[in-house]
Amino acid sequence: MDLSKDLVAASAAPLVLAILAEGESYGYAIVKRVADLSGGEMRWTDGMLYPLLHRLERLGCIEARWDDGTVGGRRRKWYRITARGERDLAEHRRQWHMVHRTLEATRNDAGPKARRPLTHLSAPPTGGVA
Amino acid sequence: MTEAPEIDGDIETLIAHWRRELNRAGRVDPATVDELETHLRDQIDALGDVGLDPAESFLVAVKRIGNLDALARELASERYQRLWKHLVLSTDTVGAGSPGVGAPPWRQLVLMVACSLGAAAAIKVPALFGASFADDGPFYARNLSLFAFPFVAVHLGWQHKVGRTMGWWLVALFGLGALAANAYPFASAQSDTQIITALHLPIALWFVVAAAYLGADWRHRDRWMDMVRFTGELALYWVLIGLGGGVLMGFSVLMFNAIGIDPKLLVTEWLLPCGAVGAVVVAAWLVEAKQDIIENLAPVLTRLFTPLFVLVMVAFLVSTVVTGNGIGADAIERDVLIGFDLLLVVVVGLQLYAASARDPSAPPGPFDLVQLALAVAALAIDVLVLTAVASRIGEFGWSPNKTVALGENLVLAVSLSGTAWLSLRFWLRRCPYATVERWQTGYLPVYAAWAALAAVALPPLFNYR
Repeated sequence: MDLSKDLVAASAAPLVLAILAEGESYGYAIVKRVADLSGGEMRWTDGMLYPLLHRLERLGCIEARWDDGTVGGRRRKWYRITARGERDLAEHRRQWHMVHRTLEATRNDAGPKARRPLTHLSAPPTGGVA
Repeated sequence: MTEAPEIDGDIETLIAHWRRELNRAGRVDPATVDELETHLRDQIDALGDVGLDPAESFLVAVKRIGNLDALARELASERYQRLWKHLVLSTDTVGAGSPGVGAPPWRQLVLMVACSLGAAAAIKVPALFGASFADDGPFYARNLSLFAFPFVAVHLGWQHKVGRTMGWWLVALFGLGALAANAYPFASAQSDTQIITALHLPIALWFVVAAAYLGADWRHRDRWMDMVRFTGELALYWVLIGLGGGVLMGFSVLMFNAIGIDPKLLVTEWLLPCGAVGAVVVAAWLVEAKQDIIENLAPVLTRLFTPLFVLVMVAFLVSTVVTGNGIGADAIERDVLIGFDLLLVVVVGLQLYAASARDPSAPPGPFDLVQLALAVAALAIDVLVLTAVASRIGEFGWSPNKTVALGENLVLAVSLSGTAWLSLRFWLRRCPYATVERWQTGYLPVYAAWAALAAVALPPLFNYR
């Protein structure tokens, strides 16, 4: 699915934080994890992950370390979520949840001016919200 | 990277090239380049595992990482939050004024430092032969531009890859200027023709610098507006550097006075002259190295000062009409003439700069009306000066000053009436803005020719008096 640019920009930080909340990781693995989690539907321009990682690092949401390359064969920069990042992530989740809930509510709460007949509402949504 | 034996040497070359491209101009720090390279290699491995051959994997992986210029900009804006960092960091060559800039920043930096040191040294060279700022004022006044401009031209010519033939032409023109400034037997230190040469030579030689800026593009009139923009931005940078220099000199005086050493010599003989000429080169480099900053500042200043200039000029015109005092009611002093010509030159500069900063496709707006008012007010003042000068010439005959004043005001009158007329037509939507712009750029050679004429041809005509 093609996500709009704005939506990608808004969702990238919470996604990265959420993935790092699962455990320490590095750039390529994060991109791969996003692709896996979304069933291949969400693809970023890979490079653009790095400015985001560096920003989150500067803001103190994540911290980074270089390994010496003895384990995987390649020197990697590993990122780990901080307590501050956890707090931010919780806040992100809360907000996204609210947006999601609100969006869903428009579907369920037909209200007095609803134009659609109720039968439509009971039908499974086409496309659906992931 | 021994764990990937299936990747042949070719891929290594490709990756090395990609690395260089990313790291071009030192715009991305090495650690981040390493990080991205690891990403690229991981991706290539993963693609290799699903059956792509190394070259294909490389291409796909590179594409997934995305446009390197955009990435570098993004990384840079994340990394450098402060303005000054932006100044020194040249991210790319997107700016319209720098199509030929291709040398890496460190080389540009070295060249800039060398050229500004050259200029600073050049202004001290005459001192080796016994000249001094105090006693040889006229000599320095005539040659001032020759200490700074050739070095700016070298700096720009190098960056914009001026060809050999054109290079020799530029050298010849500077040589001609130097000849006029120094070989003419001016009657005295206070002779009018000498002052005229000193005033006009910098203007004429600036067009030689402009040619170096344009390089091989000098025939393209569209690029001339870039040159105007460059000139305006350079002037702004130079003034800003000058302000900083003033603070520096103030502190030098304070500190050395405190320990009982008189710093007058240091300031007047070294800091001020060397700084002033060196700063021209630095300003030229700054305009090139980072365009975005002044680019935002200069149009704002133009918009701020254009209405103010209009107000002052209208107030002046109203005063002349009300009081009935013409210019030079008593006598036309040289300073007065120079003052008015300078005012008109500043007005033309404002117009040119406003034109260069304007989006040519935008429809007429309120600011265009202000521009029109500026042109009309300046034209009215020009006519006032012209009549005053003409009547003096009729009464007392020709003199170098009056001739120059007459010519200057005629040149400006034609320019201003053209601008006023075309601005009016544009305001009435009878012609596109490009017509106004083309008139203004097309007129630039007239300024150059007039300045050269006044500096080089006029003194012999008046017997150097």
